[in-house]
Amino acid sequence: MSHAVIGPNWAARIGVAAIALAAFIFAVALAVSVGEMTIPLPIAFRALGNGLFDLGLPVSAIQQGVIFDYRLSRAVMAALCGGALAISGAILQALLRNPLAEPYILGVSAGASTGAVCVMILGFGGATLGLSGGAFLGAVAALAVVALLATGAGGASDRVILAGVAGSQLFNAATATIVTTLASAEQARGVMFWLLGNFGGVRWPDLWVATPVALIGFVVCMINAKALDAFAFGADAAQSLGVAVTRVRLVLLATTALLTATMVAIVGTIGFVGLVIPHAARFLVGPGHARLLPACLVIGAIFMILADILSRILVPQQILPIGIVTALFGAPAFAVILYRARRPA
Amino acid sequence: MTLATHDVRWGAGGRMIVDGITLSAPPGRILGLIGPNGSGKSSLLRLLCRLRGVASGVVTLDGRDIAALPRRELARRLAFVEQQATTDVQLTVCDVVRLGRTPHRAAFASWTEADEHAVEAALERVGLAERHDQPWHTLSGGERQRVHIARALAQDPRELILDEPTNHLDIQHQLSILGLIRRLGLTCIVALHDLNLASLFCDRIGVLHAGRLVASGSPENVLTPELIRQVFGVEVHIRDGVGGRRHIEYVVDVEPGERP
Ligand SMILES: Nc1ncnc2c1ncn2[C@@H]1O[C@H](COP(=O)(O)OP(=O)(O)O)[C@@H](O)[C@H]1O
Ligand SMILES: [Mg+2]
Repeated sequence: MSHAVIGPNWAARIGVAAIALAAFIFAVALAVSVGEMTIPLPIAFRALGNGLFDLGLPVSAIQQGVIFDYRLSRAVMAALCGGALAISGAILQALLRNPLAEPYILGVSAGASTGAVCVMILGFGGATLGLSGGAFLGAVAALAVVALLATGAGGASDRVILAGVAGSQLFNAATATIVTTLASAEQARGVMFWLLGNFGGVRWPDLWVATPVALIGFVVCMINAKALDAFAFGADAAQSLGVAVTRVRLVLLATTALLTATMVAIVGTIGFVGLVIPHAARFLVGPGHARLLPACLVIGAIFMILADILSRILVPQQILPIGIVTALFGAPAFAVILYRARRPA
Repeated sequence: MTLATHDVRWGAGGRMIVDGITLSAPPGRILGLIGPNGSGKSSLLRLLCRLRGVASGVVTLDGRDIAALPRRELARRLAFVEQQATTDVQLTVCDVVRLGRTPHRAAFASWTEADEHAVEAALERVGLAERHDQPWHTLSGGERQRVHIARALAQDPRELILDEPTNHLDIQHQLSILGLIRRLGLTCIVALHDLNLASLFCDRIGVLHAGRLVASGSPENVLTPELIRQVFGVEVHIRDGVGGRRHIEYVVDVEPGERP
């Protein structure tokens, strides 16, 4: 096309990206300095510099080890998890045209845990399938159940939440049945702790799975950002704007299932992040997905890092499951959204 | 010839809803589809813009089967204004009209001057240029309909399909929307249920009844008391109105001496 491109405002973009990156680094530094052994921020920064760029700054070996082997992997995992869940929420809200849609409420997380528990306790699929694979199959099964229920109930966009509630109950019941009847006491305790969400067990190898999944998921969603905008007036409207609705839905639902399942397999189910962060991000950058999705990634990541810090310091000498911390903030936010969604357009 | 159907059928719920319809849209003119509620107008329009696939028959655009066209290409040629489409997303007028550029933009394409120009021109044509930043949910029904038309115009189509664009509007807005559509000079296919509006604004009329096309032609030839009785089940008198258009008067069954 011969027309000039109205240049994206690069200065503004770089400025926003720099602020986001600085906030992210600060959150990570805070996360690695807080804990049973509090390490001052300057030392935390030095340890990060040593670990990442081999700067050789003076840090004790113990502090370097604690920060690099335990706390940094945990913080990065929290960031990936928060970003992935927030993006999944934004996608589901756009595709289903419902402001309350998100992986947890729609039962995707519950399905993923059932899948993971099947692998963990029943040994389905063994080593080939793995926890993540089982969780993915569970998440897809949950989406399918919810889609079927919602279509059966008339297919309106409010039905999907009801269907999600039913789906969550179903899969939670399945998980509980498997755990109570077939798991050893020790297994059961482990599963229950994991189900509420817990970053404690995260080590670097987990990140070799989670990082590529989160990044690929993000790119796939960004490729479909314009198509997601076109869903504002419904699927028919999107289709008449040239969007391949069936393909976009399939690709994006599979992507949210994959993102959710990967996070659930590693850290358990964490609710409300997928619900609350997209609304906060929309408030900041508007409804266009080309900005909304990156905003969700960054805000979700920072939110989850901070939530993880809170989970470690809220009750002294004890670590709260992360799901409890996010629910503590998410439930009131959910109420606010319900209240605002009441407005007849 | 632009958009045409050849013996198209479509069914749902075990019932034929569009039952063997053959018609074509005269280029640059307005083809009105009239018929009682449930006669299949909306269903036929959905087939015309390939929102549903035909069960048999074929819909052609310039003689080519639209089922064989890439969706994006179709969306650059043909735009659809649904009946009463709304959203919960917090969009402004301009955001909505910008959606019309979707089929013209690649996944990561930046917003170009051509896009901007198409949006501004579309808003200008529907008379909402100053409403650029007004939130969607604060617009009146008539304004929403205009924004949808502007969004459709931003697609830069040659064929425009509208499903009852005047529904729920008062008479002034009905006339102004249809006047606007007439002035566009595009090939338009419009579903309407008001016979007088169809007579006033359409160049040709197709009458649907239970999924079949029971009459088509110029409003003068199509809108006869017999046909209206047969299709709509009402008695009418037809008089000559302004500009050679017909005016349809409904005969209400009132006893002599009784006040309606
Ligand atoms: N997807 C569908 N499934 C079942 N019935 C349908 C479907 N779509 C339309 N119909 C039925 O087809 C008939 C024609 O509908 P429609 O095309 O909306 O008519 P109109 O627009 O002329 O009022 C109606 O009786 C409607 O109930
Ligand atoms: Mg209709």
